[in-house]
Amino acid sequence: MSCGCCCADTKAQELEQIIAKYKDQRGALIPVLHEAQEVYGYLPLSVQKKIAEGLNVSLAEVYGVVTFYTQFSLNPKGKYKINVCLGTACYVKGSGDIFNKLSEVLKIKNGECTSDGLFSLDACRCVGACGLAPVIMINEDVYGRLTVDDVPGIIQSYFDKEAESK
Amino acid sequence: MSEFVTLTIDGKEVKAPKGSTVLEAARSAGINIPTLCFLKDINEIGACRMCIVDVGARSFQAACMYPVSEGLKVITNSPKIRETRKVTLELILSSHEKKCLTCVRSKNCELQTLAKELNIKDIRFEGELQNYPIDDLSHSVVRDPNKCVLCRRCVSVCKNVQTVSAIDTMGRGYKTIVASPFHMPLKDTPCVNCGQCIVACPVGALREKSSVEKVWEALSNKDLHVVVQTAPAVRAGLGEEFDYPVGTRVTGKMVTALKMLGFAKVFDTDTAADLTIMEEGTELVDRIKNNGKLPLITSCSPGWIKFCEHFYPDMLDNLSTCKSPQNMFGAVLKSYYAEKMGIDPAKIFVVSVMPCTAKKYEAERPELASTGYPDIDEVLTTRELAEMIKEAGIDFKNLEDSQFDDPMGEATGAGVIFGATGGVMEAALRSVPYLLTGKDDDNVDIKVVRGVETVKEAEVEVNGIKIKAAVVHGLGNARKLLDKIKAGEAEYHFVEVMACPGGCVNGGGQPIQPASVRFDLDLRAERAKALYEEDQGSTMRRSHQNPRVLKMYEEYFEKPGGHKSHKLLHTHYVARENYPENLE
Repeated sequence: MSCGCCCADTKAQELEQIIAKYKDQRGALIPVLHEAQEVYGYLPLSVQKKIAEGLNVSLAEVYGVVTFYTQFSLNPKGKYKINVCLGTACYVKGSGDIFNKLSEVLKIKNGECTSDGLFSLDACRCVGACGLAPVIMINEDVYGRLTVDDVPGIIQSYFDKEAESK
Repeated sequence: MSEFVTLTIDGKEVKAPKGSTVLEAARSAGINIPTLCFLKDINEIGACRMCIVDVGARSFQAACMYPVSEGLKVITNSPKIRETRKVTLELILSSHEKKCLTCVRSKNCELQTLAKELNIKDIRFEGELQNYPIDDLSHSVVRDPNKCVLCRRCVSVCKNVQTVSAIDTMGRGYKTIVASPFHMPLKDTPCVNCGQCIVACPVGALREKSSVEKVWEALSNKDLHVVVQTAPAVRAGLGEEFDYPVGTRVTGKMVTALKMLGFAKVFDTDTAADLTIMEEGTELVDRIKNNGKLPLITSCSPGWIKFCEHFYPDMLDNLSTCKSPQNMFGAVLKSYYAEKMGIDPAKIFVVSVMPCTAKKYEAERPELASTGYPDIDEVLTTRELAEMIKEAGIDFKNLEDSQFDDPMGEATGAGVIFGATGGVMEAALRSVPYLLTGKDDDNVDIKVVRGVETVKEAEVEVNGIKIKAAVVHGLGNARKLLDKIKAGEAEYHFVEVMACPGGCVNGGGQPIQPASVRFDLDLRAERAKALYEEDQGSTMRRSHQNPRVLKMYEEYFEKPGGHKSHKLLHTHYVARENYPENLE
């Protein structure tokens, strides 16, 4: 997400440095993608094009790698990153329904971000809190033993937080 | 001499060169191992697991990749191997869109053949079918991922042979798809439309954008004067569609068939090839004499032109400004021919039959309409022409031969060999001495530029001027040569580049031969032989001797490189962005 200030330029510079750092190494693509995602939060076309040019590989190959690994994202992440655990324990305890409810409330699909940039929704593997199943994480906060009916309230609490900070 | 090892395959002792694969050793011993993803020299990755064999290891190995070794014992046929292959194939079939009856590759599909060979009677698994959109926005290539078996033959040829990389495998697992980055339509990628992916595809996932219906429509329109031109390589390939052996020349039957289809006139693109030599030869002589931009690089191959526009925009000035023979012919037909015959050029509909899918894109280039009308109205590939002949119920094999029509009929042997790698160069070198000095030399057969070697070089000396020439085919080879030229490591006056390996005879619009045929036969060499045979039999073998061409200059164009030729027979190029800045 570009915020329209000078940070776009800073990011571009950082990307150039990352590419320069790995340029002549074998297997440079994956570490470059990792670091670029740290800078941008995701890997849009413009960033993948720069990486392809910089490392002298085709854009098709870059995009192929990005779409192969789930940790790379083509969409920007929200200010509040929601991760729904779909690991075995959570899934058995109904996290699939929680996921669907979140998708319904936020009107976004897996991997997407709301148009106001506030929330992004992702399914993830076991977060190691099986005792609290079903679990979701919003940034670093863990919400456990959820039911579908808890979902609107949780989302609302973040809207309230936003309103307060303004 | 390569070293040999001895191994046993199905109890039979086999000698095979060290470093070769079990598949190669088996085939040489007459033992057939089924393959699907394997395409000799292009895709040898062991992905489809059709060629699995027992080599005494813990698990079955892919014969297309497993190296032979001394004393190796291989079993290619056992109940377990047969069953494993069947399960794998059934799984591939389970998610394949099985619309075989109406598929462009029906009866020429390697998957279909394999299902028959492995004796599949029932598919035990019901896989989910993907419902991907078909990408038909390119002027040349249509992609239907629903029929794709993910063999990666198209990816390999695009990436490794042509070094274009417009497509690759995206995603993973069940959602894996061969696509362009960001699932862009091919038209928004650096795809050069060469169609090598189409001829590599074992199934119907890739095909040309069909012009058949449009041509039928034009042929039934009484207001139009519908004429056709055929490129040299078509006559060397078309026969394959009618079960002739690869490399059979069917020029006369092809002309008869075209007349039967209803074309008012059937012309030979070779005439325009002769014209190209006059223009391009003159351009070369001019650049050499007047310190122009060198090397001059040929511009006949539209796949190569788009490649240059995408990847070597700084070398566009090296390209000959000559239009390709196809488009020269179109422009001639809508100017000189229209005038001579007293036909309104608006009523002339020019169809060209090409061994090439990139010609379809070329025909749509807006700048190639110098008469005020598009040079070319529709382009058919060799395959599409065969479709039309079959649809019309013409018994091709029993046709009499006919001749191309006047007034542009007769071409020289030099025009014919344009269809093979080195042909344009050889044709040019047959005429350059004349264009420089007004006299011919003794060289007609310039064999050093023939053949399928990746880079061929020649040097001719005329009047103390040494002309250094190079010939490359296949865009990966072109890239290597251009990089050398750019780095100052190689210097030439004249370079011929053909986008497709082997030149037009192996173009993306030619009949599709399965991997099994390509294993034993070099299509490039076999089809080229047919052209050199026609050249050898020609009475005229130098372009500047073509009386039709000379007459054209006398009556219309004045002289090569003159004002009228510049307007009608030459063009310009543009640097192209590889991908759009933003997604739509």
